[in-house]
Parts: sequence; C-alpha cells; structure tokens
Amino acid sequence: MSAVALQMVCVAGLLGLSVLAIVLSRSKIATAVIYAATLAVSAIALIGALRSLLGGADTTVLTLPVGLPWLGAHFRLDALASFFLVVINLGGASASLYGLGYGHHDPAPHRVLPFFPAFLAGMNLVVLADDAFSYLLCWEFMSLASWALVMAHHREPGNARAGYVYLVMASFGTLALLLAFGLLAGPAGDYGFAAIRSAQHSPYAATLVLVLMLLGAGSKAGLVPLHVWLPLAHPAAPSHVSALMSGVMTKVAIYGFIRVMFDLLGQPSWPASVIVLFLGSITAVMGILYAMMEKDLKRLLAYSTIENIGIVFVSLGLAMAFQANGLKAAAAVAFTAALFHALNHSFFKSLLFFGAGAVLTATGERDMDKLGGLIHRMPFTSFAVLVGCVAISALPPFNGFVSEWLIFQAVLQSPELPQWALKIMVPAVGAMLALAAALAAACFVKTYGVTFLGRPRGTSAEAAHEVDRFSLAAMSILAVLCLLAGILPGLAIDALAPVATQILGSRMPVQTGQPWLSIVPIAEGRSSYNGLLVMVFITAAASLAVFFIHRFASHALRRGPAWGCGFSDATPAAQYSGVSFAQPIRRVFGTLVFHARDHVIMPPPGDLRPARLRIELHDLVWNGIYAPIAGAVAFSSRRLNRLQFLTIRRYLSLVFATLVTLLLVLAIWS
Amino acid sequence: MVVISDIIVQGVQMLLVLLLAPLLTGYVRKIKARLVRRQGASVFQPYRDLLRLLRKEVVLADNASWLFRVTPYITFAAIWVAAALVPTFATGLLFNWTADLIAIVALLGSARFFLALAGMDVGTSFGGIGSSREVMIAALAEPAMLLIVFCLALVAGSTQLSTVSHFLASSYVGLRVSLGMALVALFMVAIAENARIPVDNPATHLELTMVHEAMILEYSGRHLAMIELGAFLKLLLYVSLIACVFFPWQIALYGGGALSYTIGAGAYIVKLALAGFLLALFETATAKMRVFRVPQFLGAAFMLGLLGTLLLFVSRSF
Repeated sequence: MSAVALQMVCVAGLLGLSVLAIVLSRSKIATAVIYAATLAVSAIALIGALRSLLGGADTTVLTLPVGLPWLGAHFRLDALASFFLVVINLGGASASLYGLGYGHHDPAPHRVLPFFPAFLAGMNLVVLADDAFSYLLCWEFMSLASWALVMAHHREPGNARAGYVYLVMASFGTLALLLAFGLLAGPAGDYGFAAIRSAQHSPYAATLVLVLMLLGAGSKAGLVPLHVWLPLAHPAAPSHVSALMSGVMTKVAIYGFIRVMFDLLGQPSWPASVIVLFLGSITAVMGILYAMMEKDLKRLLAYSTIENIGIVFVSLGLAMAFQANGLKAAAAVAFTAALFHALNHSFFKSLLFFGAGAVLTATGERDMDKLGGLIHRMPFTSFAVLVGCVAISALPPFNGFVSEWLIFQAVLQSPELPQWALKIMVPAVGAMLALAAALAAACFVKTYGVTFLGRPRGTSAEAAHEVDRFSLAAMSILAVLCLLAGILPGLAIDALAPVATQILGSRMPVQTGQPWLSIVPIAEGRSSYNGLLVMVFITAAASLAVFFIHRFASHALRRGPAWGCGFSDATPAAQYSGVSFAQPIRRVFGTLVFHARDHVIMPPPGDLRPARLRIELHDLVWNGIYAPIAGAVAFSSRRLNRLQFLTIRRYLSLVFATLVTLLLVLAIWS
Repeated sequence: MVVISDIIVQGVQMLLVLLLAPLLTGYVRKIKARLVRRQGASVFQPYRDLLRLLRKEVVLADNASWLFRVTPYITFAAIWVAAALVPTFATGLLFNWTADLIAIVALLGSARFFLALAGMDVGTSFGGIGSSREVMIAALAEPAMLLIVFCLALVAGSTQLSTVSHFLASSYVGLRVSLGMALVALFMVAIAENARIPVDNPATHLELTMVHEAMILEYSGRHLAMIELGAFLKLLLYVSLIACVFFPWQIALYGGGALSYTIGAGAYIVKLALAGFLLALFETATAKMRVFRVPQFLGAAFMLGLLGTLLLFVSRSF
C-alpha cells in the first residue's frame, strides 16, 4: 500500500469512528472506545507520516472517483504534507490519550464524540488534498467539525456568541480561499494543483492571491486583525479540543499558506514578504499583549497562540524575502525555523491546554484570579505545566528557544537583502520579535505564578485533586518532547530538511555530523548552539552547588509564617493577582495599545464602602474594524427590513423599476 | 593533550568568575562608601556575608513549595554557566562554542523566570510586587539587550562571543557610530539588569520602590547565599561582557600559552577595577528614579540598540 493510501485508510477509519460514535452515542463505553480507537488510528497515521518524512520516500498520489465528475478527487503525499501530518497526528494522538481520562468529566459526551474524529479526519484531508476543489471541501469540513465542537457546551455563557463569530469568520475565510483558488486556476479553470503549479501567474494575480491567502489562511491562523474569533472559540471547546484547535488547526492554516505561496505560486516576490513580515510582527506583539491582560486561563493560552502564529509568519516572511533574492542558505534557515517553531508550538500549546483542562477538572475554574496554590495539590500537573511555560517562554534548554534562536539567526542574515524597504524593516521586525519573546516570558510568569503558586484564593482551589493517569500521561509525553526537541534540535532540523529541499530547493547544513550535537545554521564561527551541553552544564553546575551546600553549609531548616513586613495579611486575596501582576506592563504598553486606564473609586470620608479599582480596556481592533462593520450590517438590514411591509402597489412598482433599470443597463452595456 | 589544557583553562575561567564576583561587589561598595566619605566595610565583606549565610538556618514560609527550594540552585547554575560563556581573560575557550550571545541573554532570562516565580510562591504581596516589576523591567531590558546583540553580531559577522571579541580586538575595526550606541545601551541594560541605581537600589530593604530585593524577601540562609552569589556573578558577567566586547585589549587569543594567559588575566583585573570604579562613581552621582520612569530609561536603551542595528543594516561601515 502506498503512503498516501495508508493515510487515506486512516482518514476513512476516523470517519468510520465518528459514525460509530453516533451509534454508540449514549452508551457508557462510548467515551473509552472512541478515544482509544482514535488514538490507535492517529498513531498509525503518525508512524506512516514519520516514515515518509524521514525515509525520504517519493511523492505518492491517489485519485478517487469522487468530487467533480471531470476532475475526481486528487490526494498527494509529499514532504511538506508529511511534516504537517506528523504535527496533526501527534496532536491528535496526544489529545485522544488525554480524552480517555478527560472525556469522562464531559457532561454531554454525545455532543463531542462524533465530531472529534471527524475534526481530525478533516485536518488530515486538507493536508492531503491535491486539487482546489477537494482542498476547499475538506477545509470547510474541518471548519464545520470544529464549529460543532465549539458549540458542544452551547448553554454555557458566551459559547453561542463564540460559535456565531467563528462561523462568520470561517465562512469569510473560505470565501477568500475560494477566490484565491479561482484566480490560481486561471481562465482555463484547471483545479488540479499540478496544473496550477506548472502554470504561469501574472504578478497582478499573484498579489491578489497573497492578499486573499492572508485573509483566508490568516483568519484561520489568527493573524491580527483577523484574530478576533480565536480567543472566543478556542477556549469554548472542551480542553483537548482547544489543544487541537490552537496547537494543530492553526498549523493547517500555515500549511495552506505555505502550499499556495511557496509551492503553487512558484517564486515568491519581495514586496509580498514585506506585507507578511509586517502582519506577522504586529500579530506577535499584539497577541502577547492581549494575553498579558487576560485572566481567563484558556483565553490567555488562545491569545498566546496568536503571538506564536505571528512568529511563524515573520519567519515565513523572511524566507520569502531571501528566496525572492536568491539567498538560498538564509531562506532555508528562515523556512526551517518557521516549521520548527510550528512543531514546537504544537507541543507546548497542547501541553498547556491539557494543563488548563486539568485545572478546570480539578477546580471547575478558568479564572486564574480565583486559583492559586495548586502546586501543592496537583504536583504532577503543575510540574508538566511548568515545563510548558518554560518552553513557550523561549528559555534554554527547551525547544521554544531553539526555534526563536534560529529566527534571530535568519534576521541576522538580512543585511544581505538588496531592497531598502526590507533593510529598514527587518531590524524593526527583529526588535518586535525580541519584545514579543520578553513579554511572553513575563506573561507565563504571571500565568504560572498566579494559577499554581501562592495560596489558594478560593475553596475550589483549596479542594483540588490531581487528575487521572491518562491526562497525566498525555502531559508527560508532551513535556518530554519539549525537552527532547530542545536538547537534540539537530535531529529535528535534519528531519525538516526534505521539506525545505522540496519547497525552496535548498536546505540547512547537515546537523547530525556536528561535534557533540551542536547546531550550526550557516557556518561555525558565525553561530552555534548546543542545547544538550547547555543542559549538561546547568545540571552539573546546579549539582555542584547542591553538593557543596550539603557538604559544608548548615542543614538547619525551620518552617514559619511568611514575613509580611509587619502586616500579617490574613486573607489570600491580598496576594498579587493576575490583574495586579499585569499592572506595570498595562501601564507601559496598555495605554498605547488598549487605551487602558485604571480608575480608583474612593468612597468619601466617613463612608464604609470599600474602595474599588476599575480597569478600562478597549479592544481597538474590535472597536475600529468589527464594530463598524457589524453596525453597518445592522443598519442596512433594518432599512431593508422595510421592504417586507410594502403594499402590493408598491411591490409592483418596485418590480417594474427594477426591470427598467436592468434593461437600461443591458442597453448601455451592449 | 589539547583537550586537557582546554578543560584546565576553562576550569580556571569558571573558578575565576566565581571567586572574583563577590570581590567586585565588595570593591564597588567600598568605593561608593569612600566617595560619600564613609569608611565602608572591607572589600572582602561579601565573602564573609556568604559564609555567614551558609552557616545560618533556613526559615521557610509555611506554604513554600519545592519550586521555592530549588530556584536558588537553578538560578545560580544558569547565571554561572552564562558567566562561564563570556570570555574574561582569553577567547576561544571550550565553552564558547556551546552557546552564543543570544543564548547567554536567554540563560539570564531563565534565571530571572525562576526567581520571579519564587517571588510569587509564598503568596505575600511583597513577593508579588517584586516579581511583577522585575518582569516589567525585563520585558524592556531583554529586547534592548537583543538589539545590542544584533548590533555586535552584524559588526563582527557572528553571534559567538569569542569571535566577536576576537574580531573587535583586531585593529581594523576602528570607531563606529553603531558600536558607540551599543555601548551606551549595554551600559543602561546592565544597570537595569543588575538592579543598580537609578533603576533599583541594591542596598535597601522595605522601600516602596525596590524591585529585586522585594522579590527575594522570603529567602534566608543557604538559599539566600546562592541567590546573592548569583547576583554577584551577574554583575561580573555584565562587566566582563562590556570589557571583552568593547575593550578587548590584551585579551589572550586561543592557545596563546601561559604568558599570554597571565597578561590577559592581569589586564582583565585592571579592567574590572576600572569598571567598578566608574560604576560606583555613576551610582553616587545619580538618584534613584521612580519605577514608572524606568520604561523611559530602558526605552532609550531600546531605541539606541535599534538605531545602531538599523545603521548597520543600511551600511556595514557605520
């Protein structure tokens, strides 16, 4: 069986599982059966995809006699698709493993179970599709399946609105994709990717396709200003689905962007890269600032996804700029960094959403300002989440650092670019990336510190218990992957080389031959990094310090109450909360970006009311773009509504006027 | 044989930074005291403080978690490794190829990440205020630092500190606008990162504007010793960084032999003494600023770094 056929069988298996889920829907074993079977199918698909990525197997194609009658449905597995299948199925397998435990807490499993395997199948199909028709069909299937999952708990406040906004944005995105593929197919109208790839595209059409892809794929990935649905929809779904939507579905959107811009359109142009760099860097900084202001755990994670998507797009933009100017080695570094960061993000974002799900199961609470002290009650979860927080903050020796390091190395290659616009833009983009990285660390200190450290702020946090073994296993696997990708980045980079070779025609130097598993993006002497040695050195230095301390220093240890500087604050509410932790950063950046204002409302002297702090934040993107559009739609629909209440005479004159106008138009036209 | 001598030289470097770090802090304190006409404690006082802290018992808050207890060691180890990566008296050391300047910045970031978490672990409002302000300062200082790194990397064509130092030690670099900007910016970042005046005051406890000391308020005994030693090392790291990048005179090149290493070490100690004196002079001449003026201070460093980088993107000869 060819590699693509294996993947299609897995997809068929997933679709079969969702039918089975409907049949089993209300039985008790449904949860266990469906998640276990999804785990098995995802694992098979993962192994298949890994084999075709690492084995360097040839591209395989498959045509099914469904779809458009004269076209059929084409599916194809190449290096790019294999890589994204690895991301999808790894995420799918870990989410299924997590679901085995987490799913038992679901109040309405029959609303989740049928759509979960269908969602995975949809994402697999998008990556496998090799003609525009199948691609759009599968894309829409993926969107609808995920929409159903967002609406699974439709009675919870806010979820209905989340689903509505998601549906509108997804339809808009698909419309943009439809137009993009229409332009790509050209007047001849051949929807097969092979035909599109070999055709010549005019620069005018290419620019339009870029804009449409940024709207279509960008809205699914969460590029600012198309991100507004994402922090509503991703957290609304059950946590393992949130992990899939944030960690994996955004990667499918990135896949779409890469497929069209790098593969189908052929040689990218440098002005395109300016747009991508601009949007990417804005997205990175805005995303993390939104996250910093947020106190809902899952929404914070969704906003942080926006930041990471921005980072990936910046690095894709750099790859486009280098590729357009024929700087092959630098393009390979930037492109590999983008893929590596996408992979890393799928690891740690899934891990963090699983952690948030565990907190939600244990306490029933998503508002981090009501949590605290969970490190004592959920030791394993808190350790795994700590790993995720360190990784996402881009700190060595974990994986997030390596991919950001590679992107910085790519930025440092940019003075070679000949265009002045890029020369002036790239340092600013590098500065924005550095700012985003530093803010991410601040944001995750806040997230972890407020949720897991300190004293419990409420009874639910006080009564929390460790979650089940399946959830812990899923989190541990991802935490280990975060570490492995961080200390052995050379292996990952070499595994990504076939993708870069296929798309760019160049690759990074072979890393596995470097002494002591260092990574060297361009040449030794320019830059090198060795995660393994960094970890060994830190461990050795820490062990040395511990050994020395235990050998020579005093062992005495006394427990006592915390030192409150003369004020013994009895209530845990006196601790720093997420909102207060963010206050300095809100004051520095928020006044500009969110028009943030803090108002202290003091009661007059003698009044016993407590003083209140009111924080005013404005989402300028929503207020500036979406609110006016929504207002205009509402206004015109109110106006058009009057048409429903006309008399028959007026209807007739309306029809007559329309007829005359059309005839006039026709007369002038011809 | 070469490997063995490499390991010995690297080991000497690691021990050297560890032993010199408290001395540098003690020296700066002494100069500051003398500048305001006080007698001041001996320059060896930091060693005595460390020893005394090591002999004392640890008082741990009731609800402190394991994170609180391991943080001092993680922080110390991360800073020590970072300090060992900076060339002090010689370039081309064994460690230098492990990680570059970006990784050094990130290692310091790891140390700060854990310290800020530990500040929130006990659950007092003082720890929280310290952590919150520390990450705000870091959120501005770290990007500024990365831009300085970009600046240096573009001049020297490498982010490897050893190569940068080697390149700048060669005579044909000359005076450059961007390097001048980077130097000023690096000085400002170093002030902020080491919690020195005017950003923070290392000598106070329980002042409303303090940052770093509030964060580590709950620490005592051997844990505090580790954190203090880490802070000493961090100051030495920044001084060494400025010295090896901007003033790499007499730094020994790789495999230079015993004589060249000795000269390098001597020159290094002279540079440390000079830098310590200048730092003390600067600190006594300025007043501590309000915490919300720090963003403007660091914003200036950020803009200088960006301007320097931009100039280099425009032309390599700036």
